[in-house]
Amino acid sequence: MTQTPIAAPATPGTAHTARPARRAAWTSRRGPVILGGALLPLAILLVWQLSITLGLVSVTQLPSPAMVLLAAVDLSERGLLTLYVAISTQRVLIGFAIGASLGVAAGALVGLSRSANVLLAPTLGAIRAVPSLAWVPLLLLWLGFGEQPKITLVAIGAFFPVYTTVSLALRHVDQQLVEAGRAFGLGGIRLFTAVQLPAVIPSVISGLRLALVQAWLFLVAAELLGASMGLGFLLSESGGNGRIDRIILAIVLLAVIGKITDAVVGIFEKWANKKWA
Amino acid sequence: MSNVATAIAPAAPPVHRAGPADNTSFAVEFADIGRSFAAKPQHNSQPGSQRGAAARPVLRDVSLTVQPGEVLAILGTSGCGKSTLLRIAGGLDEPSTGSIRIDGSPLNGIDARCAVGFQEPRLLPWRTIAANVALGLPHRIGRAAGNARVAALLELVGLTSFADHRPRAVSGGMAQRASLARALARNPGVLLLDEPFGALDALTRLKMQDLLLDVHAAAPTTILLVTHDVDEALQLADRIILLGADDDADDMAGGRTGATIVQELTVPGGRPRDRGSAELAELRGRLLAGLGIDRHGQARGVAATTTIPHFPY
Ligand SMILES: Nc1ncnc2c1ncn2[C@@H]1O[C@H](COP(=O)(O)OP(=O)(O)O)[C@@H](O)[C@H]1O
Ligand SMILES: [Mg+2]
Repeated sequence: MTQTPIAAPATPGTAHTARPARRAAWTSRRGPVILGGALLPLAILLVWQLSITLGLVSVTQLPSPAMVLLAAVDLSERGLLTLYVAISTQRVLIGFAIGASLGVAAGALVGLSRSANVLLAPTLGAIRAVPSLAWVPLLLLWLGFGEQPKITLVAIGAFFPVYTTVSLALRHVDQQLVEAGRAFGLGGIRLFTAVQLPAVIPSVISGLRLALVQAWLFLVAAELLGASMGLGFLLSESGGNGRIDRIILAIVLLAVIGKITDAVVGIFEKWANKKWA
Repeated sequence: MSNVATAIAPAAPPVHRAGPADNTSFAVEFADIGRSFAAKPQHNSQPGSQRGAAARPVLRDVSLTVQPGEVLAILGTSGCGKSTLLRIAGGLDEPSTGSIRIDGSPLNGIDARCAVGFQEPRLLPWRTIAANVALGLPHRIGRAAGNARVAALLELVGLTSFADHRPRAVSGGMAQRASLARALARNPGVLLLDEPFGALDALTRLKMQDLLLDVHAAAPTTILLVTHDVDEALQLADRIILLGADDDADDMAGGRTGATIVQELTVPGGRPRDRGSAELAELRGRLLAGLGIDRHGQARGVAATTTIPHFPY
C-alpha cells in the first residue's frame, strides 16, 4: 500500500512532488481511526451474539446483547439509569477536581522544595501504597453513608497520579531555563508561573489523564461497598440478586463513560501540548 | 541575516531612548575572588582515601577592575573557570573568598544592573521570540513602554519579522540574537556574555560580533565577554585577561591550584578593528602561547620551498 507512489512514472519532477501529495497513512486519518477503533468492539458483540445463537453458552450464564439492552431500557424507564450514571459521574468529577488540585499543590511543594520533599515524600509514598478498598470501611465509619466518603475516596484516587507526575516533572525542569529566569530577576511564585509551571504543563495533563482513570476505579470501589445509588451500587446489587444482564450493562456503561471522559481530557492534552511544548 | 546590518546602519539607535536610566555603565571590581567546588565523589576511588575530600579550587586571587563602558574579554582554556567567574559577577554563583563591587556597591545575589547572555540561547520554548525578549525587561517598566522596547530591540537584532515565531522555528543564530536582545532589554549597566557566539558558524559569528559592537557603540555599557576565541577577543575588547595557572605550565586549566589572571593586555586601536592587522597578529601570538597553542611563528621567515615543493618536484 505504501509503495504505490513509488511506482508512478519516474519523471524527475514527479518523483519529487509525489512525496507531499502522497496520502497520509490510514492510521493518521480521522475517519479510519474511529472506524478502526470500533472494529474490535463490534467483533466482540458479534461473537457474543453468535455464541448464544449457536447455543455455546446458556443465557443464564451470559445474557444476550438484546437482553442487556432491555435491562437498560427497563432501568431507564424507572428513571434509575440516568440517575445512576449522573450520580456516579458527579462523584467522579467532584472527587477528581478536589484530588487533582491537591495533587498539583502537593506535587509543586514536593517538586520545588527540598525540605518538603524530605518531610512529605516518604509519607505520601506510603499512603499511595494503600489499596483503594482498604480505605472504604474507615471512610464509611468516619464519614457515614452520604456523599463525602465516596468523594473522598475518589479524591484519594485522583490525587496520587497528579502528585507523582507533577513532583517528578518539576524536579526535571531544565535547570538552564530556571537559571535564565533567575538571572532575569524572577524568583518564587513569578519564577514558578513563568518557567517551571509552563515547563511541566504537558506532564501535568498526562497526570490528570491518569488521575481521571483512577478516579473511576476508586469510585466503583466506594460504591460497591456502601451506596444506594450509582453504577457501583448497580453492580453490587445485581451481584446479590443474580442479574447478570445488569452487571454487564454496568460494566459497558463504565467502559463507555470512562472512555468518553478520557477522550475529552485527551483533546485538551493535544491542545496544551501544541501550546506549551 | 542581511537585515541585521540594515537594522543597525541608520545609526539612530532605538534602544537607548527607552528609559531614563540610559547610557549608564558601571564599574565592576573583583577583589581577591576565589572559588572552590566540593570535590566530586569518586565512585572508583579506594575506600578510605580522602572521604569528603578537600574542596577543589577553580579560581583564586582574581583581582581586577573593569572600567565603566569598557569591553573586557576573558580568555582561557576550556574548564579553567571563565564561566564560573562570569556567573559570580552575575550573582548566579557566590565566590568562596573575596568580594565583588558593582558601581562601588557590593554585589548581593542577582542584580538588576547586570544582564547575562548565556552560551546557549536558553529561550523559553513555549514563548514567542518577542515574549522571550520581554522576559528581560525591568519589572517596573510599563506595558506600553515594554512593548516599545521589545519592538526596538527586535529591530536592532533584525528579528522583527520573527517576533511571533517560537524559538524552535528559528535558526541557532537567530535564537542567539534573541538571547542578546533579552539581555539588552534590561538596559544593563553591566552586560555579561558567556561565549555568546561560540556555537554559531564562523560567518554568523563575525556578523554577531559586529552587531555587538554596534550595540555597544549605541549604548556603551560595560561588557564582560567570556570567549575561547582569541580573534573574537582581539576584535571586540578594550582589554583582554587570560585565565590560567601561573605556576605550572603543564597545568593550563589550573586544576590543582585554581586559575588566576596570567596575562592582561590592552588592545590598541579603536573599534571596529582591521581583522588582519599585523599589530593584532603579534598579540594573537602571545595570547595563543598563553593558551598553550604553538603559534608556529618560526615558519614565517623560512623559505616556503622547505615545506611546499615547487612544480617540477
Ligand atoms: N557547580 C559546580 N560544581 C562543581 N564543579 C563545578 C561547578 N561549576 C563549575 N565547576 C567546575 O569548575 C571548573 C570550571 O568550570 P567553568 O567555569 O564552566 O569553565 P569554563 O572556563 O570552560 O567556562 C570545571 O572544572 C568545572 O567542572
Ligand atoms: Mg564555560
